[in-house]
Amino acid sequence: MDIIKNTDIKFVSKRKKFYQISAAIILIGIISLLFQGLNYGIDFAGGTLIQIDFEQNASITDIRDVLEEMNLAGSTIQSLSGNEFVIRTDQTALQQREEILETLENRIGAFEVMKVEMVGPVIGESLKRLAVFAIIFAFIGIILYITVRFEFKYAITSIIALGHDVLIALAILSVLQKEISIPIIAAILTIVGYSLNNTIVIFDRLRENLKLKSRPILEETIDLSINQSLTRTVNTAITTLLPVLALYFFGGTLSDFAFVLLIGIVVGTYSSICMAGPLLLELKKRGKVSFSSVPQADQGKREKKVKNAKKIKNKKKK
Amino acid sequence: MKQLRVIRLVIIVLVVGIAVFYAFPLDKNINLGLDLQGGSHIVLECIDTPDAPVDSDAVNRVIEIITNRINPEGVKEPVIQRQGERRILVQLPGMDDPQEAESLIGKTALLEFKDDSGQTLLTGAHLKNAKASFDRFGRANVVLEFDEEGARLFEQATMSNVGKVLAITLDGQEISAPVVEEPIPSGEASIVGQFSVEEAQQLALLLRSGALPVEVKILENRSVGPTLGKDSINRGLKAGLVGLLLILVFMVVFYKGFGLIADLSLGICLLLVMGGLAILNATLTLPGIGGIILTIGMAVDANILIFERIKEELKMDKTFRASIEAGFSKAFRTILDANVTTLIAAIALLYFGSGPIRGFAVTLSIGIAVSMFTAIIVTKLILELMGQRFKKNALV
Repeated sequence: MDIIKNTDIKFVSKRKKFYQISAAIILIGIISLLFQGLNYGIDFAGGTLIQIDFEQNASITDIRDVLEEMNLAGSTIQSLSGNEFVIRTDQTALQQREEILETLENRIGAFEVMKVEMVGPVIGESLKRLAVFAIIFAFIGIILYITVRFEFKYAITSIIALGHDVLIALAILSVLQKEISIPIIAAILTIVGYSLNNTIVIFDRLRENLKLKSRPILEETIDLSINQSLTRTVNTAITTLLPVLALYFFGGTLSDFAFVLLIGIVVGTYSSICMAGPLLLELKKRGKVSFSSVPQADQGKREKKVKNAKKIKNKKKK
Repeated sequence: MKQLRVIRLVIIVLVVGIAVFYAFPLDKNINLGLDLQGGSHIVLECIDTPDAPVDSDAVNRVIEIITNRINPEGVKEPVIQRQGERRILVQLPGMDDPQEAESLIGKTALLEFKDDSGQTLLTGAHLKNAKASFDRFGRANVVLEFDEEGARLFEQATMSNVGKVLAITLDGQEISAPVVEEPIPSGEASIVGQFSVEEAQQLALLLRSGALPVEVKILENRSVGPTLGKDSINRGLKAGLVGLLLILVFMVVFYKGFGLIADLSLGICLLLVMGGLAILNATLTLPGIGGIILTIGMAVDANILIFERIKEELKMDKTFRASIEAGFSKAFRTILDANVTTLIAAIALLYFGSGPIRGFAVTLSIGIAVSMFTAIIVTKLILELMGQRFKKNALV
């Protein structure tokens, strides 16, 4: 059974539309990032998270009243299933946490403490640094690997597509003000890996197709490669979506983590199909400007010259 | 060819056998992280006080003191280790109350001997030992032993306070208020009172614990109660099973016979992931379960790549065997490139991650490695062995 039958979609010629869609989403994201930023959870901002399960009925209002009396109005309270609640404060002192728990017990009733997380600002700062370091490390590793296995332009294209995916994920996280925690960073890095996986499969096909013909037309070959890989790309997206959806619905604490993965799978699949190929074309076209006036026979030599010229250019840029 | 196939079959059976042997029973052989079994993960930092600057020995003493304090709690396999210059990591599996650990470690900090005007005469830094004992009348008491400097300070303190109270405070809270009977120059003193043996032991323990040479500050505390841990495991299992089931069905619906093979391959992949976790003695965390669930989805990817390639070859009217060979050899490089790049991201996470996230990176890495093995070796062998039985049309 095939959902997609021998497609022949002209992705490259529609690229302006794809760019516009992505640019629009990223623009909204940047505006959101500038104005409301990211909602850093206690992992990065520091603070305390307490998850408690009351033995009898309790409501957010009850808890808020208690916290307001304790001058902790800035805290956030989140209701989980049943009588389970998550309370976040920006305080870190043990004494204050004990006061909160004691007051809640006196005023509302007995509960079980399910989870306590306290992260001091020092740890938060160092985690932020580590997160940035991890993402940079991953990007450099990926550029190196793709440059070795393919060529530098493929690497740059992949990185642009990845940056696109990460930006859109961050944009959505910012617009929805989802909490940025360590698992969310892990999910973003997984998106990086996943999206790349899709892009590589298409590039790999492209590399193979380019070798088949003596003088292939890049536009056509890119479209052909995307179409040939389309069933695989879509099916893999589905098989990855299925368990992540299950995780999103049944995963409890892992729900947010799964949510970011869902964004990543959708955006990563989109960027691999609609962005990576066309972007590679833009990059490759740029290098080809000087070919037009050259006689066929000299093309080999000329190519070398162009390559050398580019190398010098690159060096100069550095 | 046939011989090679037998060898490959033996290798696969052997690998799966080893994995099963090491992994089962799962609940005994797979280490669970603190977030799944419940427990406390605490990072603390030693802070200079005017009396006691933090040096290497001071940090080691803090570790000793914490160990001493935790032992009576009956925590199984606690981890107390130094991290860098001033930090100490404490991991206490199976603490019942998420709050308790921090109180236990964090509350005790500074032991002081104060005169009745509230002035500190000496601190716990000079207290070498404190233990419960009996005096010559058989009454329980607590014997204190000071270091050289402490002996001198204590002599001065007792000399100027004869007949008065010399209070002992822990973090500003009075734990004992003995009256000085006479000047004590020897550096050894006993607190005598109407103690029960337990009370004497408790006081001695507090004194020993309070002899912290430096103050500690809790930088991080992540504690999970046992209920939430079990709950997380159950949720993870449920999500994993539902996801697995959906994929198994999807593959059979879309790839029929091939799908069955992919499903079998996926099952073996999961066994190997468990085996890998057990053999590497890795710790399974909640994000780690997420990693396994993600692996379930990504593991079939290699199979899909291969099947799509084989289908293309079959459409070119090649024989079944030739199509399999061509499909595999063409898909191989793609699978390798695609997986290595995912692995790079996973390795970045290994460096970045603390406990739980490292668990995710580990399961994801194992998953990627194993899924390549099952797709390239297991799927291929099954296809070859069963190849003759399939009709072309049944597959495509």
